[in-house]
Amino acid sequence: MELKTKIDAKDGQQDLVITREFELPVELLFKAYVDPEIIEQWMGTKVLKLESKKHGNYYIETSDGKGNVAFRANGVIHEFISGQKIIRTFEMENTPFGVQLEVYEFQKLTDSTSKLKMHVIYESVAQRDQVLKLPFAQGINMAHNRIQEILNKLK
Amino acid sequence: MNLRRDVFQAIADPTRRAILLLVASQAMTAGAIASNFDTARPTVSKHLQILTECELLKQEQNGREIYYHSNAKKMKEIADFIEPFRQMWVDRFNKLENIMKNYQPKK
Repeated sequence: MELKTKIDAKDGQQDLVITREFELPVELLFKAYVDPEIIEQWMGTKVLKLESKKHGNYYIETSDGKGNVAFRANGVIHEFISGQKIIRTFEMENTPFGVQLEVYEFQKLTDSTSKLKMHVIYESVAQRDQVLKLPFAQGINMAHNRIQEILNKLK
Repeated sequence: MNLRRDVFQAIADPTRRAILLLVASQAMTAGAIASNFDTARPTVSKHLQILTECELLKQEQNGREIYYHSNAKKMKEIADFIEPFRQMWVDRFNKLENIMKNYQPKK
């Protein structure tokens, strides 16, 4: 089974690489990272501010059903090449996970397909491994449904 | 369903992952496993219990000793402990792809 979404996280290293091929022209893929309304839809979070330009910054926020803020993150954009590349920091507020550096490379494969390479560098190996474990802690329900699916596939 | 007995919960713990790595190459007794960690012996026992209950480890009686060895079949199911993290991204990327496939530029 070919995995469209690959994660390469080598033991003992403080970074990881996420790659994904999309059935989308690279322009549309890039747009999904720049248009706040679209980001809100696929990330499931509110975009309070997003300056998609060199030295711009951004704030995102997720609330629970009662309006309590459950998650808030921010960062600074260090490099912005339209349709090609974004380098930015990402920091979850009030968490011990530190600041991560994210390098996004958008690549055209064909007129209708594209590839995203996301290189994430953490402050330490321990922090990377903690973030990797987050889905266990946070998305228990989601994880369970997923686990069932994964197990079904392996049958 | 007891969440604690979930395989992914089981391997979310670094000590338990280390135990799985240890016994991957050879079956070991609880004492031999514990000697590899600074953690208190009862803590290691608890880890072994959790790993055994979710079938990542199997116990085998050999004379008076109980040996733990990894259950290859179960391990295959979670070949990669990164799987839940990956699935989170699969979900996000699938959403992104669906949204953009239906994207109509605003006039």
